[in-house]
Amino acid sequence: MSDLLRTPLFDLHLELGAKMVPFAGYEMPVQYPLGVMKEHLHTRAAAGLFDVSHMGQVILRGADAGAQLEALIPQNVLGLAEGRQRYGFFTNDQGGILDDLMFANRGDHLLLVVNAANKAADIAHLKAHMDGVQEITDRALLALQGPAAEEALKTVAPALPEMKFMDVAIVDSPYGELWVSRSGYTGEDGFEISVPEATATQFARDLIALDAVEPIGLGARDSLRLEAGLCLHGNDIDAGTTPIEGNLLWAIQKTRRAGGERAGGFPGAEIILDQIANGAPRTRVGLSPEGRAPMRAHTLIYATEDAADPIGEVTSGAFGPTLNAPMSMAYVATEFAAAGTRLFGDVRGKRMPVQVVDLPFVPNTFKR
Amino acid sequence: MKFTEEHEWLEIEGDLLVVGITEHASHQLGDLVFVELPDVGDEVEKGDEIVVIESVKAASDICAPVDGEIVEVNQDIVDNPSLVNEDPLGAAWFFKIKVEDTSVIDGFMSADEYKDYAG
Repeated sequence: MSDLLRTPLFDLHLELGAKMVPFAGYEMPVQYPLGVMKEHLHTRAAAGLFDVSHMGQVILRGADAGAQLEALIPQNVLGLAEGRQRYGFFTNDQGGILDDLMFANRGDHLLLVVNAANKAADIAHLKAHMDGVQEITDRALLALQGPAAEEALKTVAPALPEMKFMDVAIVDSPYGELWVSRSGYTGEDGFEISVPEATATQFARDLIALDAVEPIGLGARDSLRLEAGLCLHGNDIDAGTTPIEGNLLWAIQKTRRAGGERAGGFPGAEIILDQIANGAPRTRVGLSPEGRAPMRAHTLIYATEDAADPIGEVTSGAFGPTLNAPMSMAYVATEFAAAGTRLFGDVRGKRMPVQVVDLPFVPNTFKR
Repeated sequence: MKFTEEHEWLEIEGDLLVVGITEHASHQLGDLVFVELPDVGDEVEKGDEIVVIESVKAASDICAPVDGEIVEVNQDIVDNPSLVNEDPLGAAWFFKIKVEDTSVIDGFMSADEYKDYAG
């Protein structure tokens, strides 16, 4: 795995006994000795610490940065209050999703967090359309997730202010300046914390030393986000799926929709605004298989037990440890997308019944 | 107890062979979440894919190690797949297969040979 990049926490992962795998060009921990199932359950019961340093951290400066970002994403950037963060996505001219991201208003600049697999392309895309794009390369990024996350973070960084879901803050700490957001990718309350590279390992060690905190790998990160109904770019949304097909209309604020103050003006606006008005041919849904067998990505979905042609396909599927049942996300033809619809997935040549269900599979516990 | 290259174990019980998967296999697979076993009465041939197991990571097949008739399957691991991770060599046996001659087991690896093989 010599061509792979390493995060500042690489040596700590090995010391903790992690099983390392290639992921988005990085050598990352997929699980620790606890194992995926227990790591997942521990995160929901107490707190899990995730190394997400492979993700891109990008600062946008300049008086026009907000307006320039609005030309690339269908979100309301200019209306985002200082100290607040929002979910968004870069779109292409076909209305597809190039990547999804978080962006925060930090007063005189915007801070973006983008996916590891797309960060080079995202940064090139940003630089092609605006000045003042700066990739942050001297900071690690950690996620601390679960009901015990706040207390754990307060223990090592006592200056942590009161924050609610999607607040961001800069916090002085023994590890230097922490860039904290109250957000995550598990459906749990928790934080994402950008920490200077030089102190990142000590920060992680001090958190893991707490009884409540266990290190958690990418395996559990995937089952946690799937239970929470959150999309993985590259699986559940990509350059060939629109936000409306992806059931992400909630993330397009009214200011950017037809009739809004700054309607349109982002790549693919014509297609996306048309789909808002008239619907999309297919829709991302949750599926609950009736048996115990997980329906994995690429499982074909049929309207009946003997229909010849599929009406959909699974994009993510796994067993949900908290749900204690299998769960999948899929795209289905919109006429079959209503919750309660009974469909069939082809598992190893057998048509297995599934129910369309509302997402998330496991309710979130964000501190709103 | 004997071992196959597919990381199964076999043990003689009267005129039957009891079959399960090894500790090494259960460790490599990770936490099991789903097990599908053959039906009692199935006539199987060596190499037939007769068991499906799924872990938190992926699905895998388990093949019949010998020709024979499935005479008993372990419902406990269907109801509680994590038993396979907890006690792969004991309580988490998969199925019992009736064979013409239990000496067929002599063709498989000993514990020491398997240890070398699995590394």
